[in-house]
Amino acid sequence: MKRAVVANGNEMVVEGAIDAGCRFFAGYPITPSSEVAEGMARKLPKLGGVFLQMEDEIASIACAIGGSLGGEKTMTASSGPGISLKQEGVGLACIAEIPLVIINAMRGGPSTGLPTRIAQSDIMQARWGTHGDHPAVALCPGSVAECYTETIRAFNIAEELRTPVYVLSDAFLAHLSTKVELPGKEELKIANRLRPTVKPEEYYPYDTRFGDIPPLADYFSGYRFHVTGLNHDKTGFPNIDPVLQESEEERLINKVLKRQEAISTYENYKLEDAQIVVVAYGSNASGAKEAVDAARESGIKVGLFRPITVWPFPSIPFQEVAASAKQIIVTEVNLGQIVYEIERIMLGGRAVTEIRNGNLIFDTRHPRSSAELSTVLQANGTPIRPNQILSQIKEVA
Amino acid sequence: MRYELRFSGVGGQGNMLAGMILAEAAIYFENKHASYVPTYTSQVRGGPTKADIIISDNTILYLEANSIDYFMAIHPRTYDMYKSDSKPGSIIVVDMHMVQVPDEDKKKFKVYELPIVETARNKVGNVITANIVSLGVTAKLANIISPESLFKAIERRVPPKFLDLNEKAFEIGMSLVK
Repeated sequence: MKRAVVANGNEMVVEGAIDAGCRFFAGYPITPSSEVAEGMARKLPKLGGVFLQMEDEIASIACAIGGSLGGEKTMTASSGPGISLKQEGVGLACIAEIPLVIINAMRGGPSTGLPTRIAQSDIMQARWGTHGDHPAVALCPGSVAECYTETIRAFNIAEELRTPVYVLSDAFLAHLSTKVELPGKEELKIANRLRPTVKPEEYYPYDTRFGDIPPLADYFSGYRFHVTGLNHDKTGFPNIDPVLQESEEERLINKVLKRQEAISTYENYKLEDAQIVVVAYGSNASGAKEAVDAARESGIKVGLFRPITVWPFPSIPFQEVAASAKQIIVTEVNLGQIVYEIERIMLGGRAVTEIRNGNLIFDTRHPRSSAELSTVLQANGTPIRPNQILSQIKEVA
Repeated sequence: MRYELRFSGVGGQGNMLAGMILAEAAIYFENKHASYVPTYTSQVRGGPTKADIIISDNTILYLEANSIDYFMAIHPRTYDMYKSDSKPGSIIVVDMHMVQVPDEDKKKFKVYELPIVETARNKVGNVITANIVSLGVTAKLANIISPESLFKAIERRVPPKFLDLNEKAFEIGMSLVK
């Protein structure tokens, strides 16, 4: 049964995490994500869970990784400078294949920037923030209700893929309170990590006999294993064999790429006959929708493509949309991040579906787009208004 | 119908709480759609703040106020900063001891200059009730939420031992509008 509540984006992240089964949170408060920590501190102890405020952001993510190894679904939350500090931990979670959800309520930057103001400028950080070749999954809720559903989905992906997953909200969504309708709890799909079925003495933490995502044992459950940030073999101990490391690095990335059709969700809004396609994501998409509606009223054939998953970018569905478009307008609350991905795809850049023996395997189903590209970008700490997008639509119509 | 309200002042005055109460009144007691967006700076007290509230009979897509019907300013700094989104002919309420409204604005908007903070301090007896005085004024002027609903929403938010004080503030606030 559907449920209606009044809440802000941060509170909905907390609800989503709890309903996804998260019982361990480690964090350090920072605007505009602090209410996530506050909410988890309030709720977790009552559910037998653990809330830890650590001394800083690096310790927080390290602690969350430890909690996950202990068998709990874990989360950390931060913003701007805090997310920069956490990058080391993100890399560790990637290579050690530890499920983890990281909430980033995006704010203006760089550095301490505009703590209380909206930005969408951490999109590329979510893809490439930590060093080394690594997989990336980042979800971008477009409404307060999606802060709930996308947080649940983030846990599911993290658990199923043994990888860290970002939820990128923003200062506006984080603090915006409104009435939200949530799906009934019985409708929720909750995924749990694969756990070993073999005896402890036969267990290896990176044992690919069971598929490309090896089962993960809980620490202190009788299964002893080694975890390191160094490249390793199936036992978890360091190993520099080039043949093994090539296939292991590729496996890390392929486990996301091969599942991108399921992971990379998006919304097509009024695109059926659209000649102009607006691309917007996160809270910025609500203004874009209003602009699309207003332009439709004056007879302009325009629609919206909204990536809900930004990484891996829903390239294949976008190619399909872009192939028939005449004009593409990218709008984002930054000075240009997703627009480079859009431009790459328009120019014929295809989706990579796999990396195989050092070769990128491309999806070749769709032709390049001959549309013109323009942008509505803004990084002044305030949301982009529908009329800004509407005037660009009119400009190119 | 979409109705947009903006409460502004500086941190510590309670303007954001007033905004939240208004949105909750619309949602809980009038079954309307409403949203509340606070804006503040890193300064806890003394920094400019605003709360934007959108009330509508239909689902609200874009949740930032940008065509304000009712603007309240309890500090000169925020009057200048945040009035630009007000619609021509819309209502502007200012604290008369804090904000000097230029004559040209008085021609453009329906301006009410009221002694809000002074009323809270002297007539209600506690300056921290200024935001509830503001809500009383709003109940009378904005004509979007009934005073009954608004008061029920105040009851939900204030500690029981301060309810009488807040009821007094709300009623005196309403009586400020003649």
